[in-house]
Amino acid sequence: MAELTPQVFLDALPHARALDMRFDGIHDGKVRISMPYNPALIGDPATGVMHGGAVYALLDTASGMAVTTHPVSGGGTATLDLRIDYMRAATPGQRICAEAFCYNMTRTVAFVRAVAYDDNTDKPVATATGAFTNEHVKRSMAE
Amino acid sequence: MTTRPRPEPVQVIKLRRDAALSALIRAIPYVSFMGFQFDRRGDELTATMPYQDMLIGNPLLPALHGGAMAGFLESTALLELCWQTLWEDVEQGRILPADLDAGYVPKLPKTIDFTVDYLRTGLPRDAYARARVNRSGRRYASVHVEAWQDNRSRLVAQATGHFLMPERP
Repeated sequence: MAELTPQVFLDALPHARALDMRFDGIHDGKVRISMPYNPALIGDPATGVMHGGAVYALLDTASGMAVTTHPVSGGGTATLDLRIDYMRAATPGQRICAEAFCYNMTRTVAFVRAVAYDDNTDKPVATATGAFTNEHVKRSMAE
Repeated sequence: MTTRPRPEPVQVIKLRRDAALSALIRAIPYVSFMGFQFDRRGDELTATMPYQDMLIGNPLLPALHGGAMAGFLESTALLELCWQTLWEDVEQGRILPADLDAGYVPKLPKTIDFTVDYLRTGLPRDAYARARVNRSGRRYASVHVEAWQDNRSRLVAQATGHFLMPERP
């Protein structure tokens, strides 16, 4: 069986694959996932800007992964709630990169903050804060 | 005495409303990509997210992806808001029925923030949603939206979002 790398894990999520998400590593406990600009995901035809739903999915995925890769994670998670603030329109044509950090973990709940950028890394495209479940995955399922 | 022009037959208005709605939906590529459908009954819109494998976020359960659900809720909120303001504009004569017949698509509101409350696991089957515009001002709007699957009273998720309204024609 192939090694369960983060990218293999990401590719096992059909919706992440549909949006062509790429795992870009973990830096100081922050999970980075990005997705390319895709005209099929445009939300505002007047500007060509990608739909908020696509950015939301990226931030949600990165946040979930920040939970499951946390040192005391049970291995499984589900979103309880997630709030996204859209700071500015993502520039059409550019990749969007999300960085998520699980800043507090309890036995049952994980608290996460995430930020999304395009090529301009000074001004975020969107930020997210959320609460996730911390679930123990049964060994037979994880294998 | 001046005679008022005869009102248009209801059927004509109905067809125009449906055409305006489908023009609006067709204009948003993400909505087609995700396969969202919108059904109009009078002034009420019901959105459907027909099940597809690519909507899955947890293949072990399996369960719908939270991001797909959020995209569905946000699209429903946005479309409801857009639809209501579009109709107001038509009734007040800011947009002419002829413009709609020609496929006019209004400027879309922009999402300021969006908060999703995940109440139950999204099952691998169709989901439905309806939005309620709680406040729609000249500049800002607040919209609440609820999604369910088999049972209307057992919500799978709910969300509230704020939107920046486009400049009116």
